[in-house]
Amino acid sequence: MEVLQLLVSGLANGCVYGLIALGFVLIYKATEAVNFAQGDFMMIGAFVSLGLTNAEYMDLPFWIAAPLAISIMAVFGYLLDLFVLRHLFGQSQTAVVILTIAMGFVLRFVAGLIWGHEPQTLESPLALGDLHLGSVVLGMADVAIIIVTFLMTFFLYQFFQRTKLGLAMQAASQNQMAAYFMGIPVKRVQGLVWGLSGATAAVAGILFASKGAIDPNAGLLGIKAFAAAVIGGFGSLPGALAGGLIVGVIEPFAARYLAAGYSQIAPYALLLAVLVFRPHGLFSQVRVKKV
Amino acid sequence: MRIHFKTSYAHDIRLFPDRWTLSIYGTLLLLAFALPYLLDEFFLGEVTNVLIWAIAGLGLMLLTGQTGQASLGHAAFLAIGCYANTILIEQGVPFIIAFPLAGVLTGVIGVIIAIPVLRLHGIYLAIATIALSVLADDIIVLTEPWSGGVSGKFPEMITIFGFEIERWSMPSRFYYLVLVVTIICTLFYRNLLRSPLGRAFAAVRDSEVSATAMGVHIARTKGKAFGLSCMITGWAGALMGYYAGTFNNETFSLVISITLLMMIVIGGLGSIHGAFFGAVVVAFLPQALSILKDNVVGSGVAIPGLETGVFGMILILFILFEPMGIYGRWLKIRTWFELFPFARKDMFRRQKSYLKTERLR
Amino acid sequence: MSLLEIKNATLKFGGVVAVNDLSFSVEEGEVYAIVGPNGAGKSTAFNLISRFYEPFAGSFIFDGTNLLDCEADQVADLGIARTFQNIELFEHATVLQNLLVGRHRHRKTTLLEEMFFTPRVRREEERHREAVEEVIDFLDLQPYRNKMIAGLPYGVRKVVELGRALASKPRLLLLDEPASGLSVEETQDMRWWIDDIRKQMGITVLMVEHDMGLVSGVSDRVLALADGAKLAEGTPAEVQANPAVIEAYLGAGAV
Repeated sequence: MEVLQLLVSGLANGCVYGLIALGFVLIYKATEAVNFAQGDFMMIGAFVSLGLTNAEYMDLPFWIAAPLAISIMAVFGYLLDLFVLRHLFGQSQTAVVILTIAMGFVLRFVAGLIWGHEPQTLESPLALGDLHLGSVVLGMADVAIIIVTFLMTFFLYQFFQRTKLGLAMQAASQNQMAAYFMGIPVKRVQGLVWGLSGATAAVAGILFASKGAIDPNAGLLGIKAFAAAVIGGFGSLPGALAGGLIVGVIEPFAARYLAAGYSQIAPYALLLAVLVFRPHGLFSQVRVKKV
Repeated sequence: MRIHFKTSYAHDIRLFPDRWTLSIYGTLLLLAFALPYLLDEFFLGEVTNVLIWAIAGLGLMLLTGQTGQASLGHAAFLAIGCYANTILIEQGVPFIIAFPLAGVLTGVIGVIIAIPVLRLHGIYLAIATIALSVLADDIIVLTEPWSGGVSGKFPEMITIFGFEIERWSMPSRFYYLVLVVTIICTLFYRNLLRSPLGRAFAAVRDSEVSATAMGVHIARTKGKAFGLSCMITGWAGALMGYYAGTFNNETFSLVISITLLMMIVIGGLGSIHGAFFGAVVVAFLPQALSILKDNVVGSGVAIPGLETGVFGMILILFILFEPMGIYGRWLKIRTWFELFPFARKDMFRRQKSYLKTERLR
Repeated sequence: MSLLEIKNATLKFGGVVAVNDLSFSVEEGEVYAIVGPNGAGKSTAFNLISRFYEPFAGSFIFDGTNLLDCEADQVADLGIARTFQNIELFEHATVLQNLLVGRHRHRKTTLLEEMFFTPRVRREEERHREAVEEVIDFLDLQPYRNKMIAGLPYGVRKVVELGRALASKPRLLLLDEPASGLSVEETQDMRWWIDDIRKQMGITVLMVEHDMGLVSGVSDRVLALADGAKLAEGTPAEVQANPAVIEAYLGAGAV
């Protein structure tokens, strides 16, 4: 039964990584850029919802505050693209990588100024009670995380495969100039994707803050989500979720069965192994460039 | 404007294009050697810090600016250099051998790591190197018998043929040591740039396809770049160990890796000047901020994340408004004066380029 | 024996046959042109010779050496240089530096020597520089010597790319659409250069080109491709008169 318990708690953690990884993959799919601040987006999303909900701040009902927080983060993502990232148009990928890392620093600093550095918990209706299935105990928050994550992945996947906007986003990433000539408003499409990823981050943040405490450094979780996205292959949404689950499940098992000190290494060792043996993830999308 | 009248091919190969530049850099060097007589101990320590960061910056610049491979894991190589040097000296190897060897060792380890990692492109490389940086911390803890783990290590006093050098009690001697290493590294860098390997680096950075067609072996060239970069970084790491006086698993963290990369971007990617300009910012920003903070909110109030936050802000502004970094701005100002009053605003305008997918390599 | 001999080369991308059982040979000292409609497999043939693509079948012999035993970067060492259809220059380097990369296969110095910039490295550099200056004189690139590629007009870039290939002193020069995107005057220049490359430098030229004027002006033999297979081979006049070629270009019914 212990194995099952570890598996379940690993899955719930993995879903949080998966949700953050979804945010990276969204942006990567549509703009070829990587948002190294996605973890910090999640942290900001969590703090915004906390600021709206918790009694010592705005004290709004959770079911009003949550959608509001998600919309605020969507707008935040869109504006960030409008005022910052759009000006990077035509610069190298490395520039975007460095810029988003710097953005993460700034976001952490700002969050610390506004909400302080003490860990806080979201007063969320999701946090109430446990679910007992035989001897396995599951927090309600964990159940909610798993359900929401799978739904999000499904809908986003459908969005990219089926809708015109989703396809336009993919086209915009593969060849900006060609997409322009085909009449795709590349810049606006990219703005929308940043908005979408902001909303995804807010969802991840709300779920994460329902499950445990957050502080401005919670965004550093993003590094594990990266590992997840890479293991899954950067271009694939279901891959991101799968990668998240793999990392999430490995962690509790490594902590339980490996000697102390080796357990933290496990996810990164796996990441490096994947990069060495399947350089573009388990669900690869790379082809050879024509000259 | 200065006009170069060239009479032989050797002209383009020289370290300095003309007497004027030679005299400027000569003066700078003299000033650098006279510095211990001009500054007090505190500021001399700060300048030493700038130089150490500049060496590390040169190391990363060779990889990122010259060869186009962004690494977010160079703190791991700072750590390797630092630990290798300290452990060698503890084993009784004299400094004059241990120090160069520490760099070479870091370079070799770099190449071994590079072989699988450098097949990766762009972001994948960035992420793999992040993992390296995170792993370095854990590995130092795990190898406690040699590394001292969490409790850390204290580097012994440097002795070169009986001549003692210590950072706190004889700051000017330590400064000279760092200065000499800086000059050697800068010369190595400059020499590589004007020889076939340096051009191969640029070729790999700009077009792997045509580099291959011209006979450049991509993996081997990247491997060399990684090795050389790690070697220089290793030396910087060893010096950082002496400068800090003590170090443990957390000294060379991911934040240091990131700071290093941001530093060379702020300084100006692809130029030797950039490493030095960036180092000045990294070394003096904390001082400037703490002075500013004491004046605005009063001393004793700690604002966590202030330094990294402001540093991030500066970087964002640079990437948005001056992607060529401080060195790029410096070039523009210089050109403006040289051409006065004929400088035009669009002389440095970048060409617009469209992003194409990385998935098609 | 021919300088370059290709037999039964075949390459498929997924289900698409890009090059189908293609055989041809290039003689020492000639200009050999490959023509054909878009997607006929011309550039693919080049990429096979450059070893960027791995063929399914076929043999590639260059002057007695089996090209299939070489890695892509070793092809240059044999004395094969090439240009690209969509110019692949080193954007953030000067024209001079680009041309000097062409000398890469002639380098003799080691990493350690270069780090210390020994007198030998200096001598070698001056030797490379001389070789590059010859190319600069030949192609009239003097005004651009120290200019960055990123700021140069298209026509000049095309010439710089040719220069980079020439700087390596190849035995076989592969030109992938040397005249595409060039003006009428620039195409004329290109024509004289290709003539001189063959006559003065003694370099064999294999080129892919759409401009039939240029092709018939400079080439000794022409190979017409369609759907990855040989359609016709012979002198420019013979190929242009071949009914199968006319049909491939203009469509059935035009004959």
